[in-house]
Amino acid sequence: MASTFVDIQGISKQFDDFVTVRSTDLTIQQGELFCLLGASGCGKSTLLRMLAGFETPSQGKIFIDGTDVTSIPSYKRPVNMMFQSYAIFPHMTVEQNIAFGLKQEKNSKAEIRKRVKDILELVEMPELAKRKPHQLSGGQRQRVALARILAKRPKLLLLDEPMAALDKKLREQMQLEVVDILESVNATCVMVTHDQEEAMTMASRIAIMHEGEILQVGTPNDIYELPNCRYTANFIGSVNLFEGKVIEDKADHVLIETAELKKPIFVDHGITGAAGMSVSVAVRPEKIILQREPLDTPYNCASGKVRDIAYLGSHSIYHVELENGKILLVHLSNLERGAGQPTWEETVYLNWHPHSAVVLTQ
Amino acid sequence: MSANFDLAKKSWLPNGKSLVIAVPYIWLLLFFLVPFIIVLKISFSTAAISIPPYTDLLSYVDQSLKITIELGNYLFLTEDKLYWVSYLSSIKIAFTATVLCLLISYPLAYAIARAQPTWRNIFLMLVVLPSWTSFLIRIYAWMGILKNNGYLNNFLIWLGAIDQPIQMLNTNFAVYIGIVYAYMPFMVLPIYTNLVKHDPSLVEASMDLGAPPWKTFLSVTLPLSKNGIVAGSMLVFIPSVGEFVIPELLGGPETLMIGKVLWQEFFSNRDWPVASAVAIIMLTLLVVPILFFHHFQSRELAE
Repeated sequence: MASTFVDIQGISKQFDDFVTVRSTDLTIQQGELFCLLGASGCGKSTLLRMLAGFETPSQGKIFIDGTDVTSIPSYKRPVNMMFQSYAIFPHMTVEQNIAFGLKQEKNSKAEIRKRVKDILELVEMPELAKRKPHQLSGGQRQRVALARILAKRPKLLLLDEPMAALDKKLREQMQLEVVDILESVNATCVMVTHDQEEAMTMASRIAIMHEGEILQVGTPNDIYELPNCRYTANFIGSVNLFEGKVIEDKADHVLIETAELKKPIFVDHGITGAAGMSVSVAVRPEKIILQREPLDTPYNCASGKVRDIAYLGSHSIYHVELENGKILLVHLSNLERGAGQPTWEETVYLNWHPHSAVVLTQ
Repeated sequence: MSANFDLAKKSWLPNGKSLVIAVPYIWLLLFFLVPFIIVLKISFSTAAISIPPYTDLLSYVDQSLKITIELGNYLFLTEDKLYWVSYLSSIKIAFTATVLCLLISYPLAYAIARAQPTWRNIFLMLVVLPSWTSFLIRIYAWMGILKNNGYLNNFLIWLGAIDQPIQMLNTNFAVYIGIVYAYMPFMVLPIYTNLVKHDPSLVEASMDLGAPPWKTFLSVTLPLSKNGIVAGSMLVFIPSVGEFVIPELLGGPETLMIGKVLWQEFFSNRDWPVASAVAIIMLTLLVVPILFFHHFQSRELAE
């Protein structure tokens, strides 16, 4: 596959006595849209700012395209960043904003004019070239900010919360638009966001950060379907977690006993562990099958009463209370219009396939 | 019915908002416009040996009301070279002092704006603190520093840099020091207020786009602080033109400033009409920069 483009080796960043990023290793491939995802204060922005050259790492090295850039100042790095506030120069027109970065490279006037024109066409706003930033809408400003860094043809693009300043409707539209633009210029891109939907929509790979550390790196699908720890499972989407002990550990399956369910949990993949070990089992709400009739299986089932129903149009989220008081979340697709779905206080029966659950040891 | 009543009440009773606005307007009317009209009136009268030492514009003699408007005071100003030279010299000194003040104040304001937020107020306090003592006392203190056996000369002699004291007091050099010193807070504060509002990510964006720090300063920070620079410069320039105390106490015979001429005309010559004409011309000259200042001020507020 593609070659390593950014190589982050043992990077740490400490402010006074507060560690924001701790000995992190990360490699980013040529041409991918990589996303750092985490709650605020997890160190993702600091990591991005170290790539841009605005912060110097306390320890470790950063290689971009094989060159050690750790001590190179931001204005000499082949890296450009789009700021959360867009940071468009208010005293310059759209055109001047885009030309600013090109002027620093000692391009000829004709060359600058041509590249500004091309890039304005790429972001579909050539008619706004003479506007001042305060005359632009939020979406237009974002496109100017993107055009300004794309005009530089950087080796690496950094996006800091690119959609945070837009309203929800525009955000969804711009997410795909920005991905299309980035793909058309074949740029390698690292973005930071706290919005998991945005990360899942835009990124080819995601790194989950928590308290200065990267917990898991993978495609959106990996992260969602195979979380490697409780934090990731909880952070991405919603999940039902069961705490239990391994009672049978074979190469092709594990059997887990939990006090929260009457019957054991059967998972059809082996784990690295031993019988007697404490683990968590994660089951996503959409993978639980909700039925009105009891189903007699030796494992992976439960029954309870419907406590709450959140109707979301395309599907409903059922809050099912088990006999011991534990609440399970279950998604039920609204395949048919009208009634016929289980309702409040009704007893329902839940079960899931052996391959639907994930065993978490951390 | 009640809505109609409210409307009627509103139309003839002044509301709280207009009362609040009225207070400063009444203040300006009483203490600026009325004195100005008096000075304007005096400038059109003739000097006389009486109390007050000028004639009235209105006289009632032989059942006829006469209005005498004396234009000679203004004509006199054009005839005597001294006045024009003084005006030009005042503007030149005020301009040079403003530029010097800007060069010193900008880095200071910049450093304060970039300092830790907890320190900013302390630094600003230190800039403003000297003006809590009397202006006159501070100018006298400079006399003590600049005179021939003053602190500065003694220090330079002690260093061995000079053998003989340098004449500093009663020169234009001392006037520049005085103006720059006295008006510096008026330069620092508007520039600081402007700089502290800048979005730090603009500077980062400029560096990110490949501009080294000095270029970032020239193409981003400096243009964005233009309004602060204009405001500060006007606040220093306008009062400096008419400055009297500093050239009187620190300046020498070579220092020609219109404030001094005005004082002499008023108190030494007791020619109130000519003194008033001098003041009116000065004001007219300053209307241009004041309007300029106002224009930028309103633009700054609009942004």
